[in-house]
Amino acid sequence: MFFENINWSYVLILPLIGGALGGALVLVWWERRLLGFFQDRLGPNRVGWFGILQSLADAIKLITKDDWVPPFGDRVLFILAPIIVAGAMLMAYAVLPLGPGLIIADSNIAILWILAMSSLAVYGVLLAGLASNNKYSLLGGLRSVAQMVTYEVFMGLSLLGVVMLTGSFSLRDVVHAQEDMWFCIPQCVGLVIFLIAGLAESHRLPFDLPEAEHELTAGFHTEYSGMKFALIMAAEYLSLILISALIVVLFFGGWLGPKFLPSELLSGIVWYGLKVVLVINFFILLRAAIPRPRYDQLMSLGWKILLPLSLLNILITGAILLGTQ
Amino acid sequence: MLSQIKTLWTVFVHLFKRNETVQYPEEMPYQAPRYRGRIILTRDPDGEERCVACNLCAVACPVDCIALQKTEKEEDGRWYPEFFRINFSRCIMCGMCEEACPTYAIQLTPDFELCEFDRDNMVYEKEHLLIDGTGKYPDYSFWHVAGKTITGKDKGEAQNENKPEDVRSLLP
Amino acid sequence: MNLSFFLFYISAAVAITTAIMAVTRKNASHALIYLVVTLLSIAVIFFLLGAPFAAALEIVIYAGAIVVLFLFVVMMLNLGRSSVARESQWLRPGMWVLPAILSGVLFIVFGYTVLQTENSAMIEGQVVPPKEVGTVLFHEYLLGVELAGVLLLAALVGAFHLGRRYLEERREN
Repeated sequence: MFFENINWSYVLILPLIGGALGGALVLVWWERRLLGFFQDRLGPNRVGWFGILQSLADAIKLITKDDWVPPFGDRVLFILAPIIVAGAMLMAYAVLPLGPGLIIADSNIAILWILAMSSLAVYGVLLAGLASNNKYSLLGGLRSVAQMVTYEVFMGLSLLGVVMLTGSFSLRDVVHAQEDMWFCIPQCVGLVIFLIAGLAESHRLPFDLPEAEHELTAGFHTEYSGMKFALIMAAEYLSLILISALIVVLFFGGWLGPKFLPSELLSGIVWYGLKVVLVINFFILLRAAIPRPRYDQLMSLGWKILLPLSLLNILITGAILLGTQ
Repeated sequence: MLSQIKTLWTVFVHLFKRNETVQYPEEMPYQAPRYRGRIILTRDPDGEERCVACNLCAVACPVDCIALQKTEKEEDGRWYPEFFRINFSRCIMCGMCEEACPTYAIQLTPDFELCEFDRDNMVYEKEHLLIDGTGKYPDYSFWHVAGKTITGKDKGEAQNENKPEDVRSLLP
Repeated sequence: MNLSFFLFYISAAVAITTAIMAVTRKNASHALIYLVVTLLSIAVIFFLLGAPFAAALEIVIYAGAIVVLFLFVVMMLNLGRSSVARESQWLRPGMWVLPAILSGVLFIVFGYTVLQTENSAMIEGQVVPPKEVGTVLFHEYLLGVELAGVLLLAALVGAFHLGRRYLEERREN
């Protein structure tokens, strides 16, 4: 039974949810601050120590704001949508290893589980767009569905190389398989494809077409305000953390330190955290630097470049694996 | 692809560049002396009001925020404003009044912090506008350069004053 | 009587209820949401029966891709009050009595066969890891997998052909 795979570590659930949501809050501030530095500004630095309480102030503002439900829309679906987005994102954290042995559910289908949850998160976006009964929301929802369904394909395909090298869907096995060499070297193509697909899955700039504020005001969450909006935003940052942690686990050795350094230099969880923060900062750099592509460019990039590339990656990885066995 | 990487690098380098932000309330940005901010009325070196209530500033003002009324001094008949009112909630700090002023009385200062909770407090009367100093032109006194006829003294009869030029004598 | 027993019945009840709701809803988007919940509860049942791989694929493919595309189309069609009215016309007793009777007959036959076979009410089973699924697929059922692949390729080529003709027509106009 799959219950046997879940060990005593449900204790981790509450700290993980708290940590992830707190991390999302801090990340909102850190992103704005870092974007400021990239643009020769300072960013928010007023509230608290270096402005670190800015997100808290924003959260208080969002809680006390009028939580408006459009009378012209679909009330039930409108309320359901942010819950689905945030819920699916938090569910995906269940199989994410946080360190050696620190994992809530060490499932043997962890990678598939994460793909499944990110595909369920599409519903939240879709229903938000549909229930708002607003043309911008609808367009944003349509775009996001096309984008997420498209990029889910490459997300899955780019991971297949890693899965083939590991021989398992379990994220713990993936990390243990990287003891000799991190997968970012043999799977560099997979890494690039996964990075792009992850950007598109979490609607990060440059792939934030679902909410492209210059064209669609705010895309699928145009009508959202107050805590529902906060939930959607939190889900977005949660997915950013999730994608960064996944990149670290799948391609950069998880909690394993670099081989040329003595292994007792830093503990595994510190290595893990350091790498995740680095990847998050890289995502923020991407946001600061790369402009948003046009919608058809996004689609043709996906189907005409990334799909053949990821298939080739699988083919070559498989051939090398067969040849060396 | 190469250009994307180049962009990433350029943006990354900006992480280590100096920030352009001025932390405003703690750290004042530099204001040039001719910055167009709050409007003042100045006095001439003798301590008299420079304003001669000619109404040119009120005419020049594109938003009609200046209102004044002329009155005369009893002893010499010189004009001065009875009241002088600027509505700063309308003023756009364009500086047209300063350009129009023939006596350098109305001047714009680098002070730009004009915030009030009550809109009525944005209306400045003459006692709020008038300062004790001469502003940007410390030596200028309109009455020393130009003036009106004084009883018992014709044009050119005053101290340090030449006779008016007879334009016909300049003919060849 | 253990936890998975209860979980099975809960998720089965959810699956049946939401399936009925999916059929009877007049608003197409609501019906599709119920359909998604049906698929999710079926995925939970797969989990409980020891097939986590099938469960994950059920969520990824059916709930995550196919029904999303259905919803996508529903969004594009901009269904309003008129379509709800048409749906309620379709849901008159005259329309659903015959299919309901036929399904009832099938259900009775199905229940009879289930009750006839012994030891069929097993909820616990062997957990089938993904690796085993792959091995079985590419050894015993290799022919079936290859045939399905060819079929999918044919569908892909067909879709490409249709799309290209549409594009060419648009270019000519």
